[in-house]
Amino acid sequence: MATEASPSSPEAQGPAAEPRHGLRLLILWIVASVIGCLLVYFVWGPHLPPGDMSSSAANQQFDLTVLGTIATPVFLGVVIYMGYALTFWRAKDDDETDGPPIHGNAKIQLTWIATTTVVVLALAVFGTVELWTVQGAGAGEGPQPIWKPGSASILQVQVIGQQWAWTYRYPQFGGFETAQLELPLNEPVQFNVTSLDVIHSFWAYQLGVKADANPGVNNVAYTTPKHAGSFVVRCSELCGLWHGAMFDYGKVVSPAAFQTWAQQTETQLASVTKMLPPYAATYDPTDIANLGKVLVQLGIGGAGGGYYNPNDPEQP
Amino acid sequence: MSLPARVTTLLIAFVAVVVVVTFVAVHFILSSPPVENYTPYASGGQVNVVLQTDPQNTVTNKPDWVSYFIQDPRTKQWVHTTYFAVPAATKVNVTIEGYDGCTPLRNPVWGQVTGTIGGVEYVNGQPVSELNSWSGCNVQHTFTMAGLGINVPIASPPTLKEENNLCGTSPCTSGPHQVVTFSFMTPAKGGTFRWQCIIPCGGGYLDGNGGPMSTPGYMSGQMEVQA
Repeated sequence: MATEASPSSPEAQGPAAEPRHGLRLLILWIVASVIGCLLVYFVWGPHLPPGDMSSSAANQQFDLTVLGTIATPVFLGVVIYMGYALTFWRAKDDDETDGPPIHGNAKIQLTWIATTTVVVLALAVFGTVELWTVQGAGAGEGPQPIWKPGSASILQVQVIGQQWAWTYRYPQFGGFETAQLELPLNEPVQFNVTSLDVIHSFWAYQLGVKADANPGVNNVAYTTPKHAGSFVVRCSELCGLWHGAMFDYGKVVSPAAFQTWAQQTETQLASVTKMLPPYAATYDPTDIANLGKVLVQLGIGGAGGGYYNPNDPEQP
Repeated sequence: MSLPARVTTLLIAFVAVVVVVTFVAVHFILSSPPVENYTPYASGGQVNVVLQTDPQNTVTNKPDWVSYFIQDPRTKQWVHTTYFAVPAATKVNVTIEGYDGCTPLRNPVWGQVTGTIGGVEYVNGQPVSELNSWSGCNVQHTFTMAGLGINVPIASPPTLKEENNLCGTSPCTSGPHQVVTFSFMTPAKGGTFRWQCIIPCGGGYLDGNGGPMSTPGYMSGQMEVQA
């Protein structure tokens, strides 16, 4: 038997008033984004890799901070919307009805497309400008770099990769070559990166410098050390058996200490420097002493048949 | 096919795959040359390590690969390996009997002796701080351990006549050779340090870097420092 609903029952009051979900979400998102952006920029940013040991490292850290700050509202928007939906729009256990049909919302779609387009294009412009104009970004720029430091005095350091070690040549100090890498503080440095065998990659992590070392190619990268201390150099291109062991440590010291070290090393290694080929942008490892060539021609030699034996199936 | 038969077939196939994978892992990926342990033989803060270089290697199925050998400290027999262990904070006196012929260094900077006590090696008892492999037939291999800054070029038999009469059976006990000695200190902390010959001496391989250069137990190895 049907009964009338009493005036105080829920049915008599009609459907409960829906809260303004959009406004709630908007307020939550704005508040969280403001807090999140401030935290990312001012608290997390200074700790982002690779630090600020050099000009290029600091630029990379700034780029990451900017990108992280821009990404924060996007991330929070997704997380807050998901959390809100899980909390307030959860289906009841016995609710098997469909949701309302949606036929599109031109206002939302246009807003979404316009906003994401602006964000992506802005990031593209920002990234391009940072790569192009700001200190070369610490990356290898090839033999003809598109960006060069304005300073007239640039320290030249040649980085030579070989399986499985790095050596460094200083052409402005008689061209001595050593396994030690020292750099002066606050003076621009030009790394001329090359290889004597396979492809390596010179990665001075804390300096924010990373440049492929290709045989026969002079890959130029710039930086200016801003803090004294040590930094690690790794090969970041899989280069053979002991690739994982191909690392060493460099030092940034005061200009006076660097001058002292460089001049002392130049003197100490004078006899070794005489053995080296003349300084060049790249080296041809087949262009060795006549003695080696004679030995190969005669078929004489140890080490498994000589240096680049003509019978070898592969020649560089 | 009945259900039991199908299940049995599936199990056999699964076990076969597991066996094959385990075999590959054990024999090709996890296998490594034997380790010659010199630690028990250290005395008075020093230990003597003896190696030799051979122009070939007739004890494996790669007879044309150049190779290092290490002397077993107990039996004094030569072992085909490049792995050895020494104690920490110890003076290591290395003797290398170099039976191979000369090969120019790709980068002559590795003709410099570094990281040894006194910055020298002794070639047949004479101190040497560098060898110019581009000016003479005088370097066969190197003992290079970048992690400790050690680089020692191994002198080769000095004349072309000797070059043509190199030892032909491994491990070498006679024939033209040079004896190189040097010493270095192991660090106070334990660890593993990789070493290699930095001359690309893998004849027959691209740029000389393959084969024995890239296979542990031939021209590259590890030194384990035991704390």
